[in-house]
Amino acid sequence: MNLQFVADGVLTGAMIGLGAIGVTLTYSILRFANFAQGEFIAWGAYFALLVATALGWLAGGSSTPIGPFSFGWGLMLALIVAMPLTGALALGLDWALFARLREKASSITIVIASFGASMALRSLLEFLFTSRPAYFTRELQIAIRLGWGVRATPDQMALVGLTAILVLALHVLLSRTQIGRSMRAVSENPALARVAGVDVDQVVRVTWLLGGALACASGVMVGLTVQIRPFMGFDLLLPLFAAAILGGIGSVPGALVGGLIVGVAEAAAAATVGAQWRAGVAFVLLIAMLLIRPTGLFGARE
Amino acid sequence: MRELVAGYEPGVPIVNGASLTVAAGEIVAVLGPNGAGKSTLIKAIAGVAPIRSGAVFLGDEEITRLPAHRMVREGLAFVPQTENVFTGMSVEDNLRLAAGILPSDKRTRRIAEIYRFFPDLARQRRLLAGRLSGGQRQMAAIARALIAAPRVLMLDEPSAGLSPKLVEGVFARLAEIRASGVAIVLVEQNARAALAIADRGLILVEGRNRHEGRAAELWGDARVAALYLGGARA
Repeated sequence: MNLQFVADGVLTGAMIGLGAIGVTLTYSILRFANFAQGEFIAWGAYFALLVATALGWLAGGSSTPIGPFSFGWGLMLALIVAMPLTGALALGLDWALFARLREKASSITIVIASFGASMALRSLLEFLFTSRPAYFTRELQIAIRLGWGVRATPDQMALVGLTAILVLALHVLLSRTQIGRSMRAVSENPALARVAGVDVDQVVRVTWLLGGALACASGVMVGLTVQIRPFMGFDLLLPLFAAAILGGIGSVPGALVGGLIVGVAEAAAAATVGAQWRAGVAFVLLIAMLLIRPTGLFGARE
Repeated sequence: MRELVAGYEPGVPIVNGASLTVAAGEIVAVLGPNGAGKSTLIKAIAGVAPIRSGAVFLGDEEITRLPAHRMVREGLAFVPQTENVFTGMSVEDNLRLAAGILPSDKRTRRIAEIYRFFPDLARQRRLLAGRLSGGQRQMAAIARALIAAPRVLMLDEPSAGLSPKLVEGVFARLAEIRASGVAIVLVEQNARAALAIADRGLILVEGRNRHEGRAAELWGDARVAALYLGGARA
């Protein structure tokens, strides 16, 4: 049996996992399902594209690829700039919309508001950049043989490595730092966190920044391996939620593992029954998990 | 705290004009029948329940309606009755979280001091707080509140769900904390245990002060004991 689908699935899963971490963080801290998370992925990719283009223009042309990769230092710098920009976009959306609803509206109202925000952000992208696909690079890459019939391009391997670094950094932040402990405390019991001296508003701000920044990384990965389109985040929305629920909503490692499972399952479906069934796999996994174990793989039981 | 009116719904006060003063190194027990507004009273002071009118002072400074996390920084700590530790975090992380309001160079030293005061917790520092027994969990909650070296410590029914022996242990610790100069407000159903360590008592009925005085006097008043302390002396 050809195991190529595993390599393809791990890459897709890494992109889904990073986006799903944003979904799961927002849910556990703010207690609502944010359907605008997909748009942060698309906006993150476009922010990086803008910065990379500007840097290329300043450097007098597109940046030279590094070693075996299809991208240069310009894109790496663009990612570093675009991540806080996307975090700021998420923070701005919270300030303009969600924060005003949090005090007085029910969580279902906030969820519907996130649907509206999602459509508005997507339409704005389409208005600004048109629906024509854009690319970070048009360099061709030769896949490297990894063994057992599996091949991967250097870009794909770098992106899986980037995911590992980001998830490790997030793990250290959550487990070893004061703001991480505060986030875990607010996630478990916001009222107790307040009387323990935690500034919950600050935790909310950090959550949006992190969720936006990780969505941006996911968007750049999608843009680098597929293409950049205004609908790229919306297309990932169902896999994002499937991954977050599969891993256990509220669990950061769960979101990543859920993303990898969804990614590998989608790639397996594409390799066996046909690519047209790929999108249905996330939905089937989501329903199956909700029926068998609603708390997900790593979720705490109520 | 002066003529406090507090409640979750506008126009439906649970605390209805209650007043309370507690001095440094003193324990005041707040007692009364179910629904008297005892828990809402200290939740309102702590910034967790909405205050409709009245004023809360810490020393000369008015702190009415400060957000709960600011209250802690001002020196007012609160231990809720239930869900008073973060069960998904280790004992150490519970303490480190609370130590976050201290300057970073003082946190480790303060946690070491707290461990010396609660040696059982030091032995279980790596254990998830959710796996502690009821008595240990109550100690962890009090330790969490003490980390910030508060001037006032407020506890909501610390004896709830504990065996008499454990209650004795928790209250013995409260007496030691009082000796260090901390003012303690103790909301209790267990009037016998509370009045045994308290200096003064306040009996709250329908959100208002009904009786107050020295703990021994309240304990000695047969009519008060029969009406409001559930015949606690019996």
